[in-house]
Amino acid sequence: MASRADDVTKSRILAALEDQDTTVVVDDPLENTMVINMGPQHPATHGVLRLLVKLDGERVVACVPELGYLHRGYEKIAEASTYHEFIPHTDRLDYLAPLSNNVAYALAVEKLLGIEAPPRAQHIRVLCCEMARVASHLVAVGTMAMDVGALTVLLWTFREREKLMDVFDVLTGARFTTSFTRIGGLAQDWTPQCTAMLTAFLEGFGREIAEVEKLLSRNRIFVDRCEDVGYIAREDAVALGLTGPILRAAGVPRDLRRDKPYLIYPELDFEVITLTESDALARFYVRIAEMKESAKILTQVLRTMPEGPVHTRDTKKVLPRKERIYTRMEELIHDFMLINLGVDPPIGEIYQGIESSKGEFGITIVSDGTGQPWRMKIRSPSMVNLSSIPPMCRGGMLSDIVAIIGSIDPVMGEADK
Amino acid sequence: MTNALVLEKLTASCGGAILGSSEFRGDLTVTVRKEEIVAVCRFLRDDPGLAFDMLVDLLGIDMYRPDGRFEVLYNLYSLKNRAYVRIKVAVEEDDCVVPTVSGVWTAADWHERETWDMMGIRFAGHPDLRRMYMPEEYAYHPLRKDFPLLGIPDSIPLPRK
Repeated sequence: MASRADDVTKSRILAALEDQDTTVVVDDPLENTMVINMGPQHPATHGVLRLLVKLDGERVVACVPELGYLHRGYEKIAEASTYHEFIPHTDRLDYLAPLSNNVAYALAVEKLLGIEAPPRAQHIRVLCCEMARVASHLVAVGTMAMDVGALTVLLWTFREREKLMDVFDVLTGARFTTSFTRIGGLAQDWTPQCTAMLTAFLEGFGREIAEVEKLLSRNRIFVDRCEDVGYIAREDAVALGLTGPILRAAGVPRDLRRDKPYLIYPELDFEVITLTESDALARFYVRIAEMKESAKILTQVLRTMPEGPVHTRDTKKVLPRKERIYTRMEELIHDFMLINLGVDPPIGEIYQGIESSKGEFGITIVSDGTGQPWRMKIRSPSMVNLSSIPPMCRGGMLSDIVAIIGSIDPVMGEADK
Repeated sequence: MTNALVLEKLTASCGGAILGSSEFRGDLTVTVRKEEIVAVCRFLRDDPGLAFDMLVDLLGIDMYRPDGRFEVLYNLYSLKNRAYVRIKVAVEEDDCVVPTVSGVWTAADWHERETWDMMGIRFAGHPDLRRMYMPEEYAYHPLRKDFPLLGIPDSIPLPRK
């Protein structure tokens, strides 16, 4: 990568930046390359991403991303908490799509325990994942357009997202910190009110998304700033381990919902959107099309959702219902043991990945047989996708960087863990 | 592609490097010798039948035991076969170095930096082994089991008033 083309120059850059934390001015700007520091507090970095950019005029010669400004040590916290206690922390990873993190974590622990949620819970989980994907993609599209100068789109996408937030509010009791899944099931059941709200949202969504698309796809400024910007070759994208819309925009039809199906995805009818242009504009189109596919999935799941429990009956592993804890001895004992000692997993290690809105969100759990994970690793798609910034930015213009970051759609809470 | 087939192909070509294998909940984990990790990874990527062309994840585990304290886990994915496999190497505490696989998959670059940062496992031959999250001058590796959960006081210098 160009970022480490010459180590000597780079360490000098870093040393200079330590003394003077904004701009390094060299003696003669016409004779030398210039280094600027972008972030960690910069509106276009979508959080606390920091980039060191080396410029030759307005051309980017090299670019070094610096992560860790939002590192909260969740993997360490996981080792000190029981499997149930960690659920609220998963909300704070990808905070634009907390529900899909909840689902990913629950699936990982259930795989370790060897249990499966009942069909109704699986349907509701799919609804959660897809609503989270739409909510996250709406922000991605809106902020990307805003970064390159089209502010209206952000207002429109946020208006739509707000309707989903209202569904989350009614369903989980919170708009952002949902903590909705439980091991072996869900915190609450889906209600007819949620169905009504989601149906109302879906009725207008196709029209709204078409308007958003119309506003941008024929917008000359937007297209000029995104087309052929941030190109990455197919094989480079695979070697870098990129996932999600970036990989699919590069012509690789990889979608874990189809390739490594979980929940009830095999029963659903949806397309894996793949484009080949592999630039910022293609990523925008992939996201728009994926939202339409998600709406299709949501409609199907609402139609086929069965009645039944949303919890498995495995009393040794699943938290009992509150009303039973207060009235029955057996459930009280189980609740006490599960809360204090945690579930009783076998010794072993598992990996469970799901297709979140950013890409493959995976959790590796190494269990030593106690109620707390011995080691938990979060495979965050944002972190891996951010590693594509240096090759994407190289050779482009300084102003392309904001379009590129917008098209990658990183969430630093997830990238920094 | 089934796990048995992956293991069979791997044993046929890199049999000397394999120390053991296990299967848990349908996931195959193959333990290989540390010195052979690059050759094994290269074979897994380049073999046309296996074609593990993506490094999904790479992590270090602190087992906190006298022998083979650390483990490094490579999580690979094959686009063609839609299959995962995990490769594991054991790392001794007094020889905390693993050959880098960033020459096989560029994805390993950042994952190895993270593992160095969090676990203190060095990757020999890595082109740019800086810390991923913690400050460069930080003296500890936070995900080691002997690092306290509450952190170490004064280990990060705060700005002077």
